[in-house]
Amino acid sequence: MSLSHHHLNTNILPTLSATIPTPFPLVFSAPIVSFLSFISYSPLSLPSSPPIFSPFPSSLPTRKKMATAFSPSKFAAQPFPLNTTSQNNPLTIPTTASPFLGSTRKLIRLSSSSNLNIRRRSGTVVAVSDVVKENKSKSTLNLLITKEEGLELYEDMVLGRAFEDMCAQMYYRGKMFGFVHLYNGQEAISTGFIKLLKQQDSVVSTYRDHVHALSKGVSARAVMSELFGKTTGCCRGQGGSMHMFSREHNVLGGFAFIGEGIPVATGAAFTSKYKREVLKEADCDHVTLAFFGDGTCNNGQFFECLNMAALWKLPIVFVVENNLWAIGMSHLRATSDPQIYKKGPAFGMPGVHVDGMDVLKVREVAKEAIGRARRGEGPTLVECETYRFRGHSLADPDELRDPAEKAHYAARDPITALKKYLIENSLASEADLKAIDKKIDEVVEEAVEFADESPVPPRSQLLENVFADPKGFGIGPDGQYRCEDPKFTEGTAQV
Amino acid sequence: MGFRNIIGRRLGLGLVRRRKPFSTATCDGDGNGNAKSINLYSAINQALHIALETDNRAFVFGEDVSFGGVFRCTTGLADRFGKARVFNTPLCEQGIVGFGIGLAAMGNRAIAEIQFADYIYPAFDQIVNEAAKFRYRSGNQFNCGGLTIRAPYGAVGHGGHYHSQSPEAFFCHVPGIKVVIPRSPRQAKGLLLSCIRDPNPVVFFEPKWLYRLAVEEVPEHDYMLPLSEAEVIRQGSDITLVGWGAQLSVMEQACNEAEKDGISCELIDLKTLLPWDKETVEASVRKTGRVLISHEAPVTGGFGAEISASIVERCFLRLEAPVARVCGLDTPFPLVFEPFYMPTKNKILDAIKATVNY
Repeated sequence: MSLSHHHLNTNILPTLSATIPTPFPLVFSAPIVSFLSFISYSPLSLPSSPPIFSPFPSSLPTRKKMATAFSPSKFAAQPFPLNTTSQNNPLTIPTTASPFLGSTRKLIRLSSSSNLNIRRRSGTVVAVSDVVKENKSKSTLNLLITKEEGLELYEDMVLGRAFEDMCAQMYYRGKMFGFVHLYNGQEAISTGFIKLLKQQDSVVSTYRDHVHALSKGVSARAVMSELFGKTTGCCRGQGGSMHMFSREHNVLGGFAFIGEGIPVATGAAFTSKYKREVLKEADCDHVTLAFFGDGTCNNGQFFECLNMAALWKLPIVFVVENNLWAIGMSHLRATSDPQIYKKGPAFGMPGVHVDGMDVLKVREVAKEAIGRARRGEGPTLVECETYRFRGHSLADPDELRDPAEKAHYAARDPITALKKYLIENSLASEADLKAIDKKIDEVVEEAVEFADESPVPPRSQLLENVFADPKGFGIGPDGQYRCEDPKFTEGTAQV
Repeated sequence: MGFRNIIGRRLGLGLVRRRKPFSTATCDGDGNGNAKSINLYSAINQALHIALETDNRAFVFGEDVSFGGVFRCTTGLADRFGKARVFNTPLCEQGIVGFGIGLAAMGNRAIAEIQFADYIYPAFDQIVNEAAKFRYRSGNQFNCGGLTIRAPYGAVGHGGHYHSQSPEAFFCHVPGIKVVIPRSPRQAKGLLLSCIRDPNPVVFFEPKWLYRLAVEEVPEHDYMLPLSEAEVIRQGSDITLVGWGAQLSVMEQACNEAEKDGISCELIDLKTLLPWDKETVEASVRKTGRVLISHEAPVTGGFGAEISASIVERCFLRLEAPVARVCGLDTPFPLVFEPFYMPTKNKILDAIKATVNY
């Protein structure tokens, strides 16, 4: 299953293969094709809607140059560093010299670089990393984040990583059960997006939701207790790994079913717009983020919601965590056009592709997308290319993925990259970062102890919350709550 | 399995349900041929191999089937029959089933896999509105009889809300499709081959708990078991127990315990839920005068209700006690509370005693 053979396996319906072109030859010419498709969505063709590709303009006075980074011409320059192509084009694999991609100001400078123009003309695929690398020497001291922000991002990512590693340990020791899906490797997306949100903004996630909940502010104790199935968990032990909810932090849930959360997020976004425009709560600019994976992008619910969100210009950002695998199904073999961000313009919203292993890049894109939503300009589809370092779930032996692919992404570990960035740009010292590591370790250990000591839910909780009536099935003829009647379930003498 | 024991210990439960394979399933009418001891997923795998071998217009598709599937039911098929016949679909259940209906309508045998029965709901519309009515509304010009939808259903100990549901009752309400649930490897292979070759669309639910745990001697050759025939797997005279799938092993344990108290239980495996074998159950109830139905799905509106109503219609004067149903509670399938939710051996035993002593 090496990456270079992917293009051979797309003939799933040989009788039709004559009529369906295999996608891979197309990828190489894709930049030209997609550039043209972007052009077709210019304001001229959609007179009633605001320009789709001048989305992140003037409202950021201090970062004007950044804003233009997202104009159409840059989209074309932005890449498709998908595995298949990157392997064929050795330049696009970042070397260890600079795994971390720094300021997007470097991107802007490149717009005039002749190298880039040549690449565009020849239609080869260019990785952002490669483009940035060329101008590294021209970097200035104008950095993307301050020290405080940097440390906050670092801490959040390390919390996500340490927590997930502890989950794995606890699972294998039998303290938690069920299906657990870990987020290792994808922390940059959660941190990059969610750390820009306010408390009232909502997050809707998938079954890989522990870290989304943590980034949003749910305490590690609450999440760990939920995983252990204890009453002190964020859902009182009733949901488990795949169902993290928090009213306080507006986490509208993990969803075990793929794509199921996207319509829910769309409804939540509508509420926020409604509050602002109809109920006239002028300062209500709450944004909803919907996280989901690449497999979900082939599901009907996703498309239905892209349509509704764009139609009603909802304040929502659709974040695709494209880790290239849906359990054992490679995204490239399951999708007719693997470039998910292109599905945004098809529905009338901008589609952006970003390197999901780079928290600063994700953060910049997120700022723009969230800013757009807050200003009432409508939804955005952001595709983050990322990777999960572990298997799909803790029960997955993870035999299908190519070790070379895993190694490629392991070298781009977002935490290591941020650490390097912070140190190289003198935003933090090794000691600061080590102190954070240690602090997080303690937080996670403490969360486990707390969860261990928490009580298991009482039997009566089983029947609560089926209906709105807090005691589930109401009061029986004897005047007592039905659920407290031991004979409630027929024939139950002992359980 | 281990997890369930852990839950049992933590929650102070004395007894945790243990699933044992059936010691002796009544034979499938076949004594010859080599039989090997295999588990449920291997039996299903064999059935699929045979189905694809014997019909070159048979296809197997679904999520992750080409590497073998998350339960290994489809291992080796892609290598042996090629990616043209065994292929992965994108993650769209509605699309999978609809696509299967189209394949079947053109005369192919489409064997669609839905990864967990909990995920079948997006496809529910296609099954109910299209698959079930295709022959009917086209006046028999077209039919999608070649469609078989396989889905693992039922509790597994740690599945939680979305990996443990038993949706058979929803499908039993749809005229035009068949619903079949095997209880063991030998049954599964024969029934699956019958379903695939049946000229009607079939929904085949496989008890996921038994995928590895149930081990039985299964003949290696091609054989089919009849649909719509229930099987009396244990003779008795005091009470009739009716069930299907993984629940039968729990019921059998309850029967063994009841035997010690002198209650002789007759156990019937329905095998096909739609259309179900009313005659066999009725004959048994006429013999015993008492009936108890057990299934994992919630009691209200579960298939036990249909069985109960039919039996009462047919055997009202013969019944000595009300029809008992020992089923899951009327709550969403819980995570930590699974042992309380499930119709356990003790609950069944209590109900048996209550019914016999009515």
